[in-house]
Amino acid sequence: MDAAQALADLTEISSQIESAVLFDEQGAVLGSTLADERAAKALAQGAAELLDGAAAFRSSEAAVTQLEASTNEGSVFVVRDGSRRIAATTGPSPTVGLVFYDLKSALRGTEETPKPKPKPRPRQKKEPVDEA
Amino acid sequence: MRRKFLGLLGFGSGVFAGSVLYRRSNARRRDRVDVYFDDGSMVSFVEGSPEAENLLRVARNVLGTPAA
Repeated sequence: MDAAQALADLTEISSQIESAVLFDEQGAVLGSTLADERAAKALAQGAAELLDGAAAFRSSEAAVTQLEASTNEGSVFVVRDGSRRIAATTGPSPTVGLVFYDLKSALRGTEETPKPKPKPRPRQKKEPVDEA
Repeated sequence: MRRKFLGLLGFGSGVFAGSVLYRRSNARRRDRVDVYFDDGSMVSFVEGSPEAENLLRVARNVLGTPAA
C-alpha cells in the first residue's frame, strides 16, 4: 500500500485525526493529508523535533517509539517504526489509545512488501547411469 | 414538615452535584507530553517542568499549522 492510500484510509477510519503526515528519518515527507506542502513539511519537522527532544531526556539506550503532546488546543501524536514515522494532530481530549492504534496500523500499511521468493526450479530427474 | 425537609435536602444535593459537574467540566487540563520508549517504559512531562516547556512549545507550533 502506498503512503497516500494509507493516509486516506487513516482519515477515513479515525474521525479524531485532523491532519497526518508520513515522513522518513531525514524528515522527507512521504505522504500527507494536508493540501499545503509547506504545512506538511512543517508538521513533519515539528514531529521530528519532538522525537529528538524527547529522546534527549533519556540517558539509556532506549529509543522513543511514540509520543503524545497534549494541549488545550489539541494533541500532536508521533509514532516511529524503523526509519518511518507518522505524525498526526487531533482536537482536544482525543481517545489516545485509539489514535495510537490507528497510526501504527497506517504505518504498518505503508511498509514495503517483501519481494516474493523465486519459485524453486523443479528438480530434474536423474537418469540412471549405465555403468556397464 | 418532613416533606419540606426532604425537598430542601434534595434541592441542596442537586445544587452540590451540579456545582461539582460544572467545576469538573470547566477545570483546565494541564498540558503534558507522554513519551513511550521501546523498552516499554513511559515518561510524562507536565506543563511547568523544564522538560515539558520545550516540547510543548514545538507542539503548539505544530498545532498552529492549518488543517487540510
